[in-house]
Order: sequence, then C-alpha cells, then structure tokens
Amino acid sequence: MSIAEIQQGTEFLAEERESQVNDFAFMVATKNGSGSQTSNSVLVRSLFHMGIPVNGKNLFPSNIKGLPTWYTIRVSGEGYIARRDTTEIAIVMNELTAAEDIADLPEGGVVIIPQEWKWGRTRDDIIWYEIPVKETIRQFKIPSARREQVGNMVYVGVVSWLFEIPLDQVHKALSDQFRGKAGPVNMNYQIIEAAWEWARENLVKQDPYRFAPMNLTEGKILITGNEAAALGAIFGGVTFASWYPITPSTSLIDALLGYRHLRKDPESEKDTVAVVQAEDEIAAIGMVVGAGWAGARALTSTSGPGISLMSEFAGLAYIAEIPIVIWDITRMGPSTGLPTRTSQGDILFTNFLGHGDSQQVVLLPRDPAECFEFGWKSFDIADSLQTPVFVLSDLDIGMNNWMSEPFEYPDRPINRGKTLDKIGLEEFFAERGEWYRYRDYDRDGIAWRTLPGTDHPRAAYFTRGTGHNDKGEYSERSDDWVENMERLRRKFETARTLVPAPEIETSPDLRIGIVSYGSNDPAVQEARDRLRTDGIDTSYLRIRALPLKPEVITFIEQHERVYVVENNFDGQMTSLIRIDMPQDNSHVESLALGDGLPMTPRFVYENILSMEQGQNAQERTY
Amino acid sequence: MPRNARTNALGLSRNDYRGGKSTLCPGCGHDSISNQIIRIAYELGLEQHNVIKMSGIGCSSKTPAYFLGRAHAFNAIHGRMPSVVTGATTVNNELVAMGVSGDGDTGSIGLGQYKHLLRRNVPMVYIIENNGVYGLTKGQFSATADEGQFLKYYGDNDLPPIDLALEAIVSNCTFVGRSFSGDPGQVQALLKASIAHKGTAVLDIVSPCVTFNNAPDSTKSYPYGREHEIPLHDIDLVAPDFVEEREEIMIDDYEAGQIIEVPMHDGTIVRLKKTDRDYDPRQRVQAIQLLEEARMDNLLLTGLLYYEEPRMTLAESENLSDRPLTQLPDDMLRPPRMALDKLMQSMM
Repeated sequence: MSIAEIQQGTEFLAEERESQVNDFAFMVATKNGSGSQTSNSVLVRSLFHMGIPVNGKNLFPSNIKGLPTWYTIRVSGEGYIARRDTTEIAIVMNELTAAEDIADLPEGGVVIIPQEWKWGRTRDDIIWYEIPVKETIRQFKIPSARREQVGNMVYVGVVSWLFEIPLDQVHKALSDQFRGKAGPVNMNYQIIEAAWEWARENLVKQDPYRFAPMNLTEGKILITGNEAAALGAIFGGVTFASWYPITPSTSLIDALLGYRHLRKDPESEKDTVAVVQAEDEIAAIGMVVGAGWAGARALTSTSGPGISLMSEFAGLAYIAEIPIVIWDITRMGPSTGLPTRTSQGDILFTNFLGHGDSQQVVLLPRDPAECFEFGWKSFDIADSLQTPVFVLSDLDIGMNNWMSEPFEYPDRPINRGKTLDKIGLEEFFAERGEWYRYRDYDRDGIAWRTLPGTDHPRAAYFTRGTGHNDKGEYSERSDDWVENMERLRRKFETARTLVPAPEIETSPDLRIGIVSYGSNDPAVQEARDRLRTDGIDTSYLRIRALPLKPEVITFIEQHERVYVVENNFDGQMTSLIRIDMPQDNSHVESLALGDGLPMTPRFVYENILSMEQGQNAQERTY
Repeated sequence: MPRNARTNALGLSRNDYRGGKSTLCPGCGHDSISNQIIRIAYELGLEQHNVIKMSGIGCSSKTPAYFLGRAHAFNAIHGRMPSVVTGATTVNNELVAMGVSGDGDTGSIGLGQYKHLLRRNVPMVYIIENNGVYGLTKGQFSATADEGQFLKYYGDNDLPPIDLALEAIVSNCTFVGRSFSGDPGQVQALLKASIAHKGTAVLDIVSPCVTFNNAPDSTKSYPYGREHEIPLHDIDLVAPDFVEEREEIMIDDYEAGQIIEVPMHDGTIVRLKKTDRDYDPRQRVQAIQLLEEARMDNLLLTGLLYYEEPRMTLAESENLSDRPLTQLPDDMLRPPRMALDKLMQSMM
C-alpha cells in the first residue's frame, strides 16, 4: 500500500482547513524497525497531556526492519478520534517513499524532510522545512546502534517548536514511554531539545497549523485494546491462557504476563494465572478446552489463521459444552492476507465456527474500554452458557493507542454458572433424585456440570464430541441427536438474552438507520455529525454481540432505510442480519469497506450522502 | 494387601472400578489393557474422582468408557488429547491423568502434540495401544506399520515404521516403557510404576488388532508377540505402604547384582530383575542402541526401556500456586477495586 492510497479526498480536506488549531492530521513516513514508534508515541502522549483529543494509527508492514511504514496522528478539538484519510503535514523520513509522500500532500500542505538529502523543493505549492537530522545527532555521543532511533527524536523537537508542543509535556511523555528510566530519557531528550533550539533559531514559521492546550483529555487514559483486554481478563479471573504468537494478537498475552502480578497468591507469592506458549493454535485452544473443562477460566488469543486452525476444537467445545474464551484480534484475510492491516472479516466464519450445525457466541468490542469490559464479562457469559465465547477485536483497536474513559470495575460478582460442587451435587440428588450431565432441568437449554476432582461417587460424566444422550452416554440414535440439537438451540435463544445489548440512538423521524459494530464507531459518529450538518438525521444502532438481539431486528424494521457499515469486503454482518430477518430486508444496504485500514468518516458520510441523494453507492474509495 | 480381599483400602470392590461394556471386537488387545487398568486401580486404591481418563479418536480412544466408571473422562478429537491433558492438569495439579491413544492418534495426526507434551513433562500416564493399523476406518496402514507388510486393500507398505518409544526417549520423556497386551503381568507392573512417576510416563503397548492386523508376520500380532517378546527384566513394584512385600522380594533367589532398584518420587521403588541381559534403563544412549539392535534382530523388547529422575513438570516450571487454580476463591480471581483505580490513575 502506498501513501497515495492512504491520502485522498482533497475536497474533504478543504473543508477542514478553515480551522487550523487543533484540527488537522499529520503523518510520519519512516522505515519499519527504525525506532520511530517511540518518537510517534511521544508525540501522541504529549498531545494527550496537552488535553487535545488525539489518535495515533500505525500503518505498518509485515516486516521486522526496512519496509516503509506510516504513522498518522490526528488531533481534533471537537473530540473526533476516527482515522482521517487526509493529512496536511508529512514528516518524510524514508527516502524510498519520499517522492510519493510529497506528491500526495494537498496544496498548502507542509513537508518536513532531512536537510542532508538535498531533496530540492520539488513542489512550490507546499511549505518546506528542511531539518538537520544527521548534524544534530553528531553533536552528541550516541552509540551507533541507537543512532537511527534517536535520529527520529529530531523531528519530535522540530514538530514541538513548529506546532507549539511545550517541551515539558514532551519530557513527561518521554518519561512515561521509558517508565522513568533516566538513561534513555536523557539521551533522547537532549536531541529533542537541540532540535527544538535549532528550529527556533533557523526556521521561519510559514504554515497556519498549531496545537493549543485544552482540557478535553482530563480524566481519560491512553491505552491499546490488547492491554485493556488482558487487564479485563485479569479482573475476570482468568487462570489459564495459551497462545501461539501471531500478529496482531501477541501483545494481548504480553500484557497478560505484565499484569499477572495483580493476581499473585497472597500466601505463596506464586502465580495464579498459567500462561503457556503452545506449539500451534490447535494446541493452544486444546489446552484451553482442557483447562475450561477442568474448571479454569481459560482464554486464548489469536488472529485469522489461528481461528481457522481452531475450528475443530471450537466445534468440540460447542457440542461438549465447555466454557472457554477466544480473542480474535482480526487482521485481513483470507489466508495470510494482510497480516498487519485491520479487518472485520472473521465475523461470519466465527459465528458458525466448526463443521456441522453450530452457532457461536461472539462479542464485538468497539474500543479499549469495551475490551476491558468484555475481558471479564466474557468469562461470566462462557460459564453461564457453558460454551465458547469469541471476542472479535481488531488490529486497529488491539494495537493502536486509543483515548479512553478509565475502565469501570466489574459491576457484578463473578458468575460461575451452573456448576455443582460436592455439596451442590448432594443437594441436587436430594431434590431431584438424579443428576445427568446434559439433561435440561431448567428448560433454558443449559444443563448442570461437575468438575473433575469433585469428591462424590456420582460426580463423573463422560465428555465427548461424539453423539450422546442427555446422560452423556454414547448414542447414535437419531432421536437422541435431535433432542440434543434442540436443547442447544434453546441454549442459543438463552444466549440471546444474556449477551450485551446494542447501543441505540434513535432519530425521531425513523427514516435512516445506521447499523455498525466494533472499531467503526468513531467513524460512524463523526459521519453522523456531518450528515446532520447537511440536514440528514440518522439513527444509530451499534451491535455488541452475536446472536443478534431482538432490538436489532426491531430497529431495522422501524427504519425506512438501513445502512450496515462494516470493515470487511463482503458485508458479512449484512448477511447475518438477512439470515435473522429473511423477509422485508430489501431496505438494508451494505456499506462495506475492507481495504485493510481503519474505517473513515468519509467512507460512511459520502456513501450515505450519495445514496440519499438518489445515486448509487460509490465504489469503495481508498 | 491380602490377595483375595473383596474390597481394597477404600472399601471398594473391583467392580467399582469397571466401566461400560466394551464395543470393540472380541479378542481385541485393547480390552486386555483396560482390564489391567481396572485391576491395578483397584489394587492401588486409586481415588477415581481425582482420575481423568483422556483420549483422542480411534478404537483405543474409545476404551476409557470401559474402565473406571467413576472417573471423569474426555474423549476429545483426533490426535489432540495431549493438549487437552496439558490444560486440565495445569489448572488442577491434584488430578491423575490417564491418557489412552493409538498408533494413528499418536504416531500420525498427533505426533506433534505427542512430542510437545513430552517436552513439557506434563504429568500423566500416556498409553499407546499400538496395533499398526487403522481399525475404525477398516484397515489402513498406520505410521507404526512394518515396512514390507501386506494388507488386503492397500498392498505393500514401503515405508519404515515410526518407533513411538524411541520418539519418546529422544523427546526427553523421563519414563518410557514398552509391553505387549498379551503379557498382563508386565502391563500391570508398568502401569503401577507409571502412575507413581511424576511427569509424563509413556507406555507403548503392542495390542494386536484381531480383525485387520493379526497375521503372524505382523510385529503387532498375537502370534508374533508371543514368539518374539523379549522382556528386558521382570518388574516388581514396591509401594511405600507395602513394606512386607518388599522384604519378601529381598529374600528372593536372585543375586543382588541382578536387581536394579529405581526409586520413584513418592517412595515407590521399581525393581527390575534381570532376565537374560544386563540392562540399566537410566542410560539414554544405551536405551537407543538397544532399540536399534532389537529392530535389526526383529525382536519385541519389552519392559522399562528408559527412566530418568523427572525434571520439573509444566505447572512447576510456571511457578504456579500450589493450590489447584480451579479451586481459587473469588477474591483470588478478582483484584480489589483499589487495584484498578490505582492503575487507571497511573495512566492519566
């Protein structure tokens, strides 16, 4: 992907240029592995500490070192944190992509570029700042291995002077970044200061962009979805995690290891969360199935290719009714696809994961705060339903830093569902004279289970993926099979009542409805504001889980036209909706992006606008 | 313990250790192994509620339904039993895991999980009921089938067999035994010793398939096993409680130099009495060499092939709390509100 594909839509840009304080975007073009992530994080954190709503999105290649990578930072005084596909400022630090990066800037844009390249001002309709990267570093004794990374601090210093980020904020951000370690903080800060000083003495400010302090991030935190998910799991009582390393899910397990200290056994100071690196994703989910069966709160974290490998075990856990939690930090498929690009393309596959007739429970977090919430809640839901629960986050939520409200402590006690211990089993026998593992005593499709190790002569049952009757005995009888499937269907209807409800905002005229889910939320919210400015009011329903709750169908039925906004190529959620409302769905339109990048407000706004103006949906615009 | 007692130390009869009726072919070697499991579990007084019976897919994997009816069981998916056991035993270190697998389940589809289980030293008894053939799908060669063997629908097998005991030894398994289902005494002795072992104990038991692979020229047949089985040693087990029996053995006729004592972690002692060769199972290179020689001589060597002092189990290397993670109270599953507030403050 080239920056030409990231940057388009200059009409949209023109509209935004009217406001030049705290409302613009810039991108940093570097080489992967050059350490620019640190510099970019420092910029994002500095802006966050200035109280300005900010997002930072890393558009990186599947590579350890060398390939081009872009980082986009958007600030919005109005509080919008969706990705914008236009940037006014380009910090060009990768000579290989420089020509393209510069060509793609809009008229009046700003380029910051190393002096030593002697690039020449190839456009006269943009503003040029040539900065001395090599010369600045040369003033300091920097170990050669660190030189490239520290070189990226030069643009941090120049940006700070040009666009007015106070140096004390930069220092604080740097300190956060290096967890207060004086060595690296000082080494980097001296470069930033020198570059800032150089800019003050040598540059003449020609552009209209600047940052001004606000108070819109007060009380908020900056965190990635994967860290939030891990923290949620810690507060949800996770005791076992197994995984096989895969981008973009690995940082979830890294974070789990980092937060494990919150759950030490107070007596022995030993860990109560086992984290096992598996030999592949089949083994990862296999261990989780074994642990969940034995009574642990067990999770695995993966992405598309891993989900494919896990399908057989997902079917087993479904039919054997074992509570487990599977995080899918979705990336672009099919196959290896775009391993470092975001997607919502696993919805349909995961919903039906496993061969035969199976429907899984899926949670759809929109941001880190919901990753935290679903991090603990997924275990309660899994235990309550005795079934796998999939949490479909994505690369955008999982790996990028998001501005978020602080996380709320779980509002209810841990719920282990219908689990009988020794005493519970004795009482069950006393009351009913029997206990069979898969008998639907409560008519909600959920039976009572026991755990291995329960000291009762009749606690044991046989767990199997083969056909069984409600006693857990092997059976090939059609009536046993059908009875079990009917119970599982009842359980699925119970699941519908247990999963998180959608968020709904209804416009009084009930004309246009937008349905979306997950990380699209900021883009949809912003697009709705723009549509409103154009006189188009919309209702909005954000799906938070599958199976679809009745509210979703009601909402769609209520509206004249419904747009389903999602970030996959085929419009997968639209298909699921059509399954649940086979009649009268002709007013449901799919707006599916699926280009590997986070959803943009422009995609939503322009498509709905043109459709509402009686035109056909636009081609996907990248 | 008196031999003809009707109940064991737990007051249970042998019937209490039985399972459902077998649906395997009459004469199947697997049923004989199930019977030995019932017998030793009864004799050892195993607490069934702490036993988990684990399996994958295949004829062998059906057998957990036929023994220890009071123990939880998990008949999982093909070749993946090792990962399921790994999860279960890691979260509950009080469970005694007995896995039953076959040569297809372990040697083909599950070879990867088998080797990684051994690498992790997951505490369990891993029984391979090895017949060299796929029974449930009606008679295909398995990866342990003999080179040059002929089967009706598949012709000649041109590929060399995988030796699952050898695979275990090179994968750092700390307890590797081989036996023949037609030798119940040895199977019992190995089973008892493997339960006492702290770590993965592999028992590769040749268990003939009477329907698809019982021709005398198959090394996995009854006639071959009876003809070619060479026990490396007679095995006795001296459990810590059975002091009298231990003394009984001491006054046996064998010369002291012919007996090797292998102590298990729980105080049990495995005594290996010499038959016709000097063999110390604690020498890895010697074990590998012996298996190679046996292969060339077309012999079925049985007994305790390899043993070493077990290294840390997976749960131990994870530095996990000693109490089973499945039994933690809620206040150990959820940190207090203050912990979250503090963390949130630090991120602002």
